Amino acid sequence: MGAMGKTIAERIIGEHAAREVSAGDLVIASVDVAAVQDGTGPLAVDQIRKLGFEKVHDPANSILFIDHAAPSPRKELSNSHMKLREFATKTGAVLSEVGEGIIHQRLVESWVSPGDIVIGADSHSCTSGALGAFATGMGSTDVAIGMVLGRTWFRVPETFLIEVNGTLPPGVYSKDLILHIIGMLRADGATYKALEFVGDTIQEFSVDSRLVLCNMAVEAGAKTGICEADDKTRAFLKETGRGKKFKPITSDQSANFERVVKIDASKLEPLLAFPHTVDNVKPVSEGKGVKVDQVFIGTCTNGRLEDLRVAAHILKGKERHRATRLVICPASRDIYREAMKEGLLEVFMEAGAALMAPGCGPCVGVHEGVLGDGEICVSTANRNFKGRMGNPEAFVYLSSPATAAYSALKGEIADPREVFR
Amino acid sequence: MILKGKAWKFGDDISTDLICPGRYFHLRSNLPELAKHVLEDADAEFAKKMAEGDVVVAGKNFGCGSSREHAPTIMKLAGVSVVLAKSFARIFYRNGINVGLPLLECDTDKIDEGDELEVDLSLGRIVNRSKGIELAARPLPQAMINILNDGGLVPHIKKYGDFKVD
Repeated sequence: MGAMGKTIAERIIGEHAAREVSAGDLVIASVDVAAVQDGTGPLAVDQIRKLGFEKVHDPANSILFIDHAAPSPRKELSNSHMKLREFATKTGAVLSEVGEGIIHQRLVESWVSPGDIVIGADSHSCTSGALGAFATGMGSTDVAIGMVLGRTWFRVPETFLIEVNGTLPPGVYSKDLILHIIGMLRADGATYKALEFVGDTIQEFSVDSRLVLCNMAVEAGAKTGICEADDKTRAFLKETGRGKKFKPITSDQSANFERVVKIDASKLEPLLAFPHTVDNVKPVSEGKGVKVDQVFIGTCTNGRLEDLRVAAHILKGKERHRATRLVICPASRDIYREAMKEGLLEVFMEAGAALMAPGCGPCVGVHEGVLGDGEICVSTANRNFKGRMGNPEAFVYLSSPATAAYSALKGEIADPREVFR
Repeated sequence: MILKGKAWKFGDDISTDLICPGRYFHLRSNLPELAKHVLEDADAEFAKKMAEGDVVVAGKNFGCGSSREHAPTIMKLAGVSVVLAKSFARIFYRNGINVGLPLLECDTDKIDEGDELEVDLSLGRIVNRSKGIELAARPLPQAMINILNDGGLVPHIKKYGDFKVD
């Protein structure tokens, strides 16, 4: 029998398990990049100590990110940060300090290459799949052991092929596309699966836009989201100083996909995930007029340069509604610097925004914009669970940066297509 | 091993934010204190009401969202003996087994709050004493049974020095 065609997930895991694998197989595979953040890293360090390990397998590709509570708002968290710094010093693992940025953005800027296996102690570790890697989130203990052994175990996932064709209408973005997909699949519709995003829409997408799709794959339960590695990926790697790391990645034509979903991008409209689940997706028109207390633009989903440019385009020369606070948090220091050079930060300042240091900002409810009782936030993040932004009595709507920025001007949820008419 | 306890019912899509709220981020370095807030945003009184050995029973997609392993860890610390759900989110499923919190998938519509349950982990058999019925559970993958039998991933790696997937 001839070799069966492989999906990207099967191919990458097979290459790391040194044998041919198919969906459903349980395998041990080598790991190229292992990462933790300040919410999950201290527990990972504890587990490594419990096991008596004093070294990590590959220090240059073992990274500890301080991003969730950075700079620290509490002494307990400052002490946890100290634990990460001490571990990095002892083992030679890399520490990404306060102000350097969010784990998932920093990983694609400096570490992840096409064909890699990436494990991260953060559920949105699937983000790196946008570069044609197999990247997945795990708990602290799994990543701790992956970091010291240089390998982990996987069940090889089945793949859903998400084929998107056509051009998004003005005012509609990759965030609206992924919200559409999650609304369709639902929060558990892709549990244990890989989502592979293909089609001419995705080919035309920048890497920034692709990262949005892969970032939110986990919101449909998926193990990972993956894009093909192509000329856009090559250009991105070159820009970030890693041009030689490029290799093309696609699925075989004869690969076995569990499900094929076809989407016409030209039919999409701006969408919102209503409180309190990410799959509670409705057109922005259904939220129109809802008064907004805070707008948050940032996160590993939508805190990139492309997002900040869209927000600045809408905010330029205008001011936020007086009853609506505007919090903006670039995803990394490189993005912050570029936004500064392009004059975007000045636009935000003039619009009345509060600019935060690169990091997770208020997304996880730790600092920098915890909501009050009954307050409503329009956020470009990936989660709106009850209590997510620090208060179970608050309400979070998820949207694109355009919808968020335009809502900040209007003081209520508003349709960004009005800007482009 | 047979686990016995009373059922506490929860709905679908119970996220790790509901199990282990982000506003207690600073308590992650103090797990016994964090455990006092277990499932607080799904049921504010749960930690006070439940007893050692009780069973958390939920709908589909239990443990969705954040990868925080603190969620299954504080459930175990609080005394939850086993979690039964129609389905589990992937990362929570793996984390639960890694920290030694047993998880089984079954038709939880056949369990009401307060029902007395007996769970035989090795056979994957659940008996609802209050209703006098038996429920079948979906078996765990072998890799996970190995880890659970060893008491979690840390003792498993201590024992074998590596993963034992078959």
